[in-house]
Amino acid sequence: MNIILNGENRAITEGTTVATLLGELALSGPVAVELNQEICPKKAHTETTLNQNDIVEVVTIVGGG
Amino acid sequence: MSTAFEKKLKLGKYEFTNRLFVGTGKYQTYEIMQEALEASKCEVVTVAVRRERLLDSQDRNILDFIDREKYTLLPNTAGCFNAEDAIRCAKLGRELLEVDWVKLEVLADTQTLLPEPIGTLQATEALVKDGFTVLVYTNDDPVMAKRLEEVGATSVMPAAAPIGTGQGVLNPNNIKIILERANVPIIVDAGVGTASDVSRAMELGAEGVLLNTGIAGAKDPVLMAKAMHYGLEAGRAAYLAGRIGKKLYATASSPVEGTIGSHG
Repeated sequence: MNIILNGENRAITEGTTVATLLGELALSGPVAVELNQEICPKKAHTETTLNQNDIVEVVTIVGGG
Repeated sequence: MSTAFEKKLKLGKYEFTNRLFVGTGKYQTYEIMQEALEASKCEVVTVAVRRERLLDSQDRNILDFIDREKYTLLPNTAGCFNAEDAIRCAKLGRELLEVDWVKLEVLADTQTLLPEPIGTLQATEALVKDGFTVLVYTNDDPVMAKRLEEVGATSVMPAAAPIGTGQGVLNPNNIKIILERANVPIIVDAGVGTASDVSRAMELGAEGVLLNTGIAGAKDPVLMAKAMHYGLEAGRAAYLAGRIGKKLYATASSPVEGTIGSHG
């Protein structure tokens, strides 16, 4: 199954949740997740299953003015 | 009894003693950033929201270098060029930091980084309705400033000059008009280059100054941060003290009577 993660195609297995996806990634710190342009809140990560062609953004805090 | 100088800056439910807001971008190292923030004595620091790199967990996260007990983080929507993206970005910042305030920027183009006024107004209105405390970056147009206030911005933040240009307050007349008409705190944001620019903004009557490049890009950011701090304090005190007017002709400071050599 294919999703788009931070602008790039990514193959994931059926039944992958947002939480399992985050577990597969090398994260530098706290992140927020947007799924198909809606916030996927932290408390929903383990319950939200990803589907074919889902657009996922995983963001973090960086320096800025 | 607190004097006018000690009066806090109130932004919605947030209250601050220190009126200098400092950004966390463009520093050579996170360590220099830390020292500069300390030297500035700021209480509020801005941060941005960006895609996680995903590949390299060796990357240090900036949040490891900002003590959240000491600083209040203000997420921005930098890099957004339309209202929809800025609204999404604000919501991501809220989710990440668990704060409900945002420095809203909706920019027009990458060369000038000037605010896009229509998107800025739309995003302000939408975010206010969604419960955000919105500090909105805008240009120095007094009409725009008032419109943003009317749709519920908690603070209107006119630019002194375009972001990162270090030109200081280019249009003090417009800033004065904005200040005269405003019913919300006005914080001068962007374009500040040195301590006297900060003083100038505060002497006009601004309630605060937000800057990033002026410190981060200085040859000695830590020393410049200190200078900006003094500039802020000096400008605020001078404003509250009520300066003398400007006159064409001189008035002597020493007594005119009793000079030696005068007759009778």
